[in-house]
Amino acid sequence: MTPRPDASARRAIRGASGSAAGLEAVLPRPGAARPALLGRLLEDERSLAYLLLTPTIVLLALFIAYPFVLGVWLSVSSATVGVAGHFVGFKNFDKAWNDSIFRTAAFNTFLYTGVTTVFKLALGVWLAVLLNRHFRGKRLIRAFVLLPFIIPTVLSTFAWKWMYDPTFSVINWGLWKLDLITTRINWLGDPYLSLISVMIVNVWRGVPFFAISLLAGLQTISPELHEAAAIDGANAWQRFWRVTWPLLLPVTMVVVLFSVIQTFADFQLVYVLTGGGPANATHLFATYAYQIGVGTGLLSEGAAISLAMFPVLFLVVVLQLWYIRRVETR
Amino acid sequence: MDTNGMDRRQFIKVSAAATAAATAGVEGILAARQAPAFAQGTALGMLRWNDFVPASDELLKKTIIPEAEKALGAKITLETVNANDIQPRVTAAVQSKSGPDMIMTLNNWPQLYEESVVDVSDVAEELAKKQGGIYEQSRAVAQSGKKWLAVPWAIVGLTIAYRKSLFEEVGYSKFPETWEQYRDAGKKLKAKGFPIGQTLGHTFGDAPAFSYPYLWSWGGKEVEKDGKKVVLSSKETLESVKFMVGFWKDAHDEGGLAWDDSNNNRAFLSGTICASLNGASIYIESLRKPDQYKTAKGAQMRTDIAHAALPKGPAGQFAFHVPFSHMVMGYSKNQKAAKELLRYLGSKEVFDKWFVSQKGFAVGPTRDWEKHALWKEDAVMLPFKDAARLGRAPGYAGPAGKKAAEVLTKYIITDMYAKAVQGMSAEDAVKWAHGEIQKIYG
Repeated sequence: MTPRPDASARRAIRGASGSAAGLEAVLPRPGAARPALLGRLLEDERSLAYLLLTPTIVLLALFIAYPFVLGVWLSVSSATVGVAGHFVGFKNFDKAWNDSIFRTAAFNTFLYTGVTTVFKLALGVWLAVLLNRHFRGKRLIRAFVLLPFIIPTVLSTFAWKWMYDPTFSVINWGLWKLDLITTRINWLGDPYLSLISVMIVNVWRGVPFFAISLLAGLQTISPELHEAAAIDGANAWQRFWRVTWPLLLPVTMVVVLFSVIQTFADFQLVYVLTGGGPANATHLFATYAYQIGVGTGLLSEGAAISLAMFPVLFLVVVLQLWYIRRVETR
Repeated sequence: MDTNGMDRRQFIKVSAAATAAATAGVEGILAARQAPAFAQGTALGMLRWNDFVPASDELLKKTIIPEAEKALGAKITLETVNANDIQPRVTAAVQSKSGPDMIMTLNNWPQLYEESVVDVSDVAEELAKKQGGIYEQSRAVAQSGKKWLAVPWAIVGLTIAYRKSLFEEVGYSKFPETWEQYRDAGKKLKAKGFPIGQTLGHTFGDAPAFSYPYLWSWGGKEVEKDGKKVVLSSKETLESVKFMVGFWKDAHDEGGLAWDDSNNNRAFLSGTICASLNGASIYIESLRKPDQYKTAKGAQMRTDIAHAALPKGPAGQFAFHVPFSHMVMGYSKNQKAAKELLRYLGSKEVFDKWFVSQKGFAVGPTRDWEKHALWKEDAVMLPFKDAARLGRAPGYAGPAGKKAAEVLTKYIITDMYAKAVQGMSAEDAVKWAHGEIQKIYG
């Protein structure tokens, strides 16, 4: 690190840089104090750092901190649409806890996130390993794999809604033509099957994100390591488990972290496919919070339901970041 | 004396229009053919749903609104959005205190925004007085005590659209009058591959429009008239749930648990169901494309469609239609002009054009519209003429206020039946629903 010149030395440097500049430094004139102050501020590393950080801090405060603090305030108030409300403590959380639909939504959210993340990870790793091989049309296939992730979610979910249609389901038609079923499968009408159906769409949409991110991770692994392992007699599975997987783990943890956060707060899929029905069988935190906050106008209760996600997500983020840091410093 | 760009004659005209507006409302404006002075240069914003009858939206945008602009001297912006997007827009507008001056609402939504809307009693009472009285359902959803929170606009009537030929085949030349008869006909038709199509899913229109009147017809209700004592758990409700379990299994398309408001239209028009509770959109669509929708025998589907009210139960016959109304928002800087526009749009001369474009899909908010010549044009649409008379508002026997709205938006009544047909015992389904409603009413 270069030592910082002290203030008198810096003035001397400025003064010596030219006679005119030197005169300016000596002769006081009206309005000169401000540029000098600004100059000093810009030259001071500490104040410059704060100055450069200001836009970020303002943006974070406006778009992250303010909505979050407002959300926290709403959750402990009695606010409804158009009514500011007053402080009511944990009443809204208490009401949510005693609400059977909230409990169903909470259970569904955990199940939905857990199951889909496992499938997305397994399929994503599998797909990434396949795409990492050399074959003809590799680039085209890689581009196609991203399609579910690129298409706007609402649009693709509407397509799935049609495919699950109780009357006109193309999936049922296909299975029936193949003599695999004799009666219709009620994809979105059965309480258990409906959640599975929603999960399938989530996995379909999420796998490309895993696959492409992990593929990027795979490509950073030197082929020499695989060759060395092969020479030592490791078979394909051993090479994956002992070489690829440990090196891929930090990337995997980041991808899982993002996916868990997104899936836990998922809204669009359920909103379009089932609206939380039948009989609340597919409600998640986000869809129920929307129903209460916007549909019923109970902003405070909607905020409380929404904030119920926060401790879980916070814990997930802390644990995963801690793990990533540990792996990196190893 | 022309310093303000207005000569003596113009001044008198404008003053006359303003006086006329104040004393004689819309008739005054129409008679004076001049905008009231307070509305000159005013910009008004209005938010409505995307009408299920697109011709009506076109009429509003191309004819009615431009005429209103001339008559009121205001610049009017009409924006239409999907019905499901209205509530997020209202929430955002109210919280930010900016947005359209008038917003259309469905069902009892005005009750949710009571603190954020302008009292429009003067406009609504005038409408009631001039047009033969507002239907009870429209009144219940838009009024809080004596105060009107929104001006009733129309009611989309819901009746059962059914296939005449299929019901005749199983011995019902006249549509079943009771639930038992309807179940019997449905059972026979389901055996032939034509079940009844009914949603019990989470969808704002057809689901509560069936489950609420079904409950009422058995004598069940969520709360007493005082709006405090929850009485859902009753012998009558239990009977209705028990009957529904068998009725569903015997006569319904079981896919209905996942249907939204459009699935039944598609199923009916493709000939896979025998009947479905709906607005007139199935029939109107069959008229629009007569050669596209045909019966299995090759006849045009439109010739085989008829409409009937929901059957009677032990306690009577009821309906839950979808009432529409317009709120004037409290944050609006042009409340007076907004009220004037609603007065103008609701006037007989103007509303008549819109009413005709609906072809009976929506009926007027008042009884006078039952007398309209439109009803003589097509006998198939006749059951919609006075369908609104049977309409009850959610929350019955209590008020259709915020608590009733919460019960409605949480789909508790619909889910009570959905849970039972999915396998929960009738007793447990009623107990669950009663418990949830109890938590809301406190």
